Amino acid sequence: MNVLTDNFHTYAEGFLGTLELTVYSSVLALVLGFLMASFRVAPVGSLRIFGTAWVTVLRNTPLTLLFFAVLLGLPRFGLVLPFKVFAVLALGCYTSAFVCEALRSGINTVPRGQGEAARSLGMTFGQTLQLVILPQAFRSVIPPVGSTLIALAKNSAIAGAFSVTELLGTYRTLSELGYNIVWTFVWIAVGYLIITLAISALFHLMERAWGVAR
Amino acid sequence: MAVDPLIELRDVNKYYGELHVLQDVDLTVGKGEVVVVIGPSGSGKSTLCRTINRLETIESGTITLDGQPLPQEGRALAKLRAEVGMVFQSFNLFAHKTVLQNVSLAQIKVRGRRKDQADRRSRELLDRVGLSAQAGKYPAQLSGGQQQRVAIARALAMEPKALLFDEPTSALDPEMINEVLEVMRQLARDGMTMVVVTHEMGFARSAANRVVFMADGRIVEDRAPEEFFTAPRSDRARDFLSKILKH
Repeated sequence: MNVLTDNFHTYAEGFLGTLELTVYSSVLALVLGFLMASFRVAPVGSLRIFGTAWVTVLRNTPLTLLFFAVLLGLPRFGLVLPFKVFAVLALGCYTSAFVCEALRSGINTVPRGQGEAARSLGMTFGQTLQLVILPQAFRSVIPPVGSTLIALAKNSAIAGAFSVTELLGTYRTLSELGYNIVWTFVWIAVGYLIITLAISALFHLMERAWGVAR
Repeated sequence: MAVDPLIELRDVNKYYGELHVLQDVDLTVGKGEVVVVIGPSGSGKSTLCRTINRLETIESGTITLDGQPLPQEGRALAKLRAEVGMVFQSFNLFAHKTVLQNVSLAQIKVRGRRKDQADRRSRELLDRVGLSAQAGKYPAQLSGGQQQRVAIARALAMEPKALLFDEPTSALDPEMINEVLEVMRQLARDGMTMVVVTHEMGFARSAANRVVFMADGRIVEDRAPEEFFTAPRSDRARDFLSKILKH
């Protein structure tokens, strides 16, 4: 039981590591996901192909493989960055594929007639997307994007295997010090719960403020 | 009648895969004319209406609006669409905007009007269709008939040269059909150029200058309403009229 109070510093460091990975990767995933979703519905063929390829590759390969590719592959091309940045890149790109598909499903829930009405009033493709389609799509993608970011928070544990400081990795230090492994994991779980429940609460609030009125 | 043609279709052909939905269609709509398009379902009348502002593309033929051929997708097309209002069967009001915002949005973003100017004009138009009290509501809070009247106001806000109606009353309860038709009759009296796809024969009789009867992707008859309804020339039209006028 005193594993937490004795090692609060170690826990706090791990917790902050996971929090940082989650926040930075989420931002990257949302930006890239938004960009890729726009590509996938664009009237330009080459953009659609790029978006589709991005999603197909990243969504269908294991995240651990992507970590290996980024952490061991990129330095071979002369790109040497801190491991934490590599981890954010891997997590952000991986999750962006899921965010993209959530956004695209949201775009598809907006009835076709909404876009037709906008175009018949003389709006361009960009105006139609920005003023009519995306604001309505946004409302229906709040829950799935929330789930995706929760998955991202938990996936960040993989970064621990590549010597990035994060929450799950603290168990190694603590078990070497001889603490009860069960209680070590209980407090780690509590740490993840704090982050994931905070994400849930945030998205719940967003849904209340902007969600689809039924 | 067609002294000054506004909408002209010449040899228009369209296919959905194997299906030849528009076959060598020729149609001229003069300024201030009201043309009602009727016909059995699947005859291509909605498609015809939607090709005029290029919501549907065509395989061959030409469509000109006020002497200008329809441009390809892009800014020029958007500009031209702003001149032709469209009213849909399913209203298609922007669900996330209030009634007032629905009518003002394109005035501000496409016509470049200031917001207060646009809102003033929107309120005038909403007053004209009898809905000024509903300006702050969302589309989902209105009845079908009210939504369709807002949709007409939204189209009128752009000061279009012509209005296209694609079965505007087909999704409405019978008691709401008349409030929409009354607005359309008023527009016709005011000299608006209109192409109306509809099943409302009463409207065709009372408000149309010409009735166009379509079947299987072709225009079968194109005549004055009284002549068409009392003495249809083709068997196809006689058959159609006997079915719908029975009840």
